[in-house]
Amino acid sequence: MTSGLESVSGFLEASVRTATPLALAALGECVSERAGVINIGLEGSIICGALGATVAAGVAGAGAGFVAGAVAGVVIAMIFALFTVWMRADQIITGTAITLLSLGLTGTLYRTVYGAGGVALSIPTVGVVAVPGLSELPMVGRALFAQPLVTYALYLIVPFCAWWLMRTQAGLALRAVGEQPTAAIAAGIRPRRVQLAAVLFAGAMAGLAGATLVLAQAGTFVEGMSAGRGFIAIAIVVLGRWKPLGVIAAALLFGGANSLQTLFQAMGWQNIPYQLFLAVPYLLTLLVLAGASGRVAAPAALGRREFGDAG
Amino acid sequence: MLTAAGTPADQLAIAPSATRSSGAVALVVRSAALAVAALLVLVLLLLATGHDAGAALAALGRGAFGSWYAVTSATLVRAVPLALAGLAVALAFRAGILNVGAEGQLLMGAATGAALAALMGTAPAPVVLVAILVVGAAAGGAWAAIAAYLRQRFGVLEVISTIMLNFLAQYLVGWLVRGPLQEPTRINPQSASLPDALHLPVLIGGTRLHVGVLLAVALALGVWWWLKETAGGFRLRAVGLNAAAAASAGRVRVGRTVMAAFIASGALAGLAGAVEYTGVTYALYDNFSPGYGFTAIAVALLARLHPLGVLATAVLFGALQAGANAMQRDAGVPNVVVSVVEATLILLVLAAERWQSRAAARAESAT
Repeated sequence: MTSGLESVSGFLEASVRTATPLALAALGECVSERAGVINIGLEGSIICGALGATVAAGVAGAGAGFVAGAVAGVVIAMIFALFTVWMRADQIITGTAITLLSLGLTGTLYRTVYGAGGVALSIPTVGVVAVPGLSELPMVGRALFAQPLVTYALYLIVPFCAWWLMRTQAGLALRAVGEQPTAAIAAGIRPRRVQLAAVLFAGAMAGLAGATLVLAQAGTFVEGMSAGRGFIAIAIVVLGRWKPLGVIAAALLFGGANSLQTLFQAMGWQNIPYQLFLAVPYLLTLLVLAGASGRVAAPAALGRREFGDAG
Repeated sequence: MLTAAGTPADQLAIAPSATRSSGAVALVVRSAALAVAALLVLVLLLLATGHDAGAALAALGRGAFGSWYAVTSATLVRAVPLALAGLAVALAFRAGILNVGAEGQLLMGAATGAALAALMGTAPAPVVLVAILVVGAAAGGAWAAIAAYLRQRFGVLEVISTIMLNFLAQYLVGWLVRGPLQEPTRINPQSASLPDALHLPVLIGGTRLHVGVLLAVALALGVWWWLKETAGGFRLRAVGLNAAAAASAGRVRVGRTVMAAFIASGALAGLAGAVEYTGVTYALYDNFSPGYGFTAIAVALLARLHPLGVLATAVLFGALQAGANAMQRDAGVPNVVVSVVEATLILLVLAAERWQSRAAARAESAT
């Protein structure tokens, strides 16, 4: 019985841990999409953030790693913004190119610097910081209060984002650009600046997500370790219905699905096909999309190249 | 954006070339300039990472075109799935459909093929082989139909739905090769290998080049002719250029056209999977596709969505990937470096489009 409880507690802890980088990246993507920019190149910011964090942490410690990860993510997002925001090139095509570029670039640099075999790097990592008292709570204690600091940072960033997006002038301006660019222009808002800021913010968050993968989870860089998380983040934004709090809930769901495998192993349920459980959140996202028609839906100007009225 | 009318193709970066007068010469010059620029980026990257650029490029050339075997068994074999999936992307984009789900549609084609091979064990081999190809294409079309239906019925952005469907296909394959389709010894996560009788025939003795290459060429010609000469092809292009105008002025039933184009696109990608399964891998496994469905987007864009151009760019990308493996083997250059070249090509095309459209706008305002 206790082993069952421990397994569930361990599962919840693993879910939150897995969800942390997903939530970081998805939160950035959420803001970017509210400004009308869908960034498929998020994957690129994540993997470049991961490599940047690895290099910097090896030189100057884990704290520098997080900073470098965010910076690397922003640099990649700048290339994306150059094409989509400034040149008004197609967002999907640019994003595809940015992802390819980043995976190729990080793989090349990593193998060149650290050798073809990919010597396991030993870099400083961040450990779990247990909150006294709270982490002793049954079931959810360790899941919520025995995590690396970056998870706790989310506890602050999420409500701030929600407040900023929905309750401030700047947040309103950003949403206007994503919904009604012509109205935004008439109100004196400069859509390109807003979109640029949103894309760079998303890049920084994705870079942080990459840094988290390296410094708080894997402890090393692995080629292609972003493993589709940029695309998962887009799914999370949809499932979270383009709202920060929804995004967090959706990220937990995806994190949970990814942690089921360990739970099944702990419980001795070897024969359950966990791939089918991994698929559940995506299926759910599709169903939500279908159900969301007519009510809450994607920002009206999402993915559009021109700031004119919708056709 | 969330309307059934969809994205006009002229909103896409690569509108099919409207100015035919510029002609073939300009296209060749343009392509050559792009290739040189991409090569330059590669050389810079090689130098920056401290490699011997000369030796690396020599290895690249050798691996792609250095011998009869390299051309047929490395370059062209890789070009086949890229051409078929590239056609799938080109067809969809011409209709204004942003199908980024070729990867998932390709996987569904391969998975259905593997399932059929297991189910039709005793039937005559040619029948099974043809059935695998046909049903594989149908499966790809069906997978695309989900996204097409969601777009038509609920206005779901196909970009988002096809990304979800890619993941679903990937996990479905992951489950199949550990469950119902796992090989008899139940040790490796892959399907039983396809018996020799069910392999696509080799086209040229002594090489790995299979008849799938003929299929790709025939389909490229077919799609090209269909787009250019038939009423259906005209409707598809009209919807892609301006759905609202096609509906009001041309009385085109936009919904039906989009649905058909989306499904046809998925079928081409599904066929790519079935051909790869019966012609190259002979088994289904987790990383069955090394991202063919995504590279196909680059293939289609670089061809400016022209079906015959897709054949050329597919060979180019096949050569790049074949050459990259040789480069890694002989010159110690990581083969992922080709992704950088591919990405550079896409970005250069986008920048060139921008430059051209601005030049065109200036010319227009000057008159």
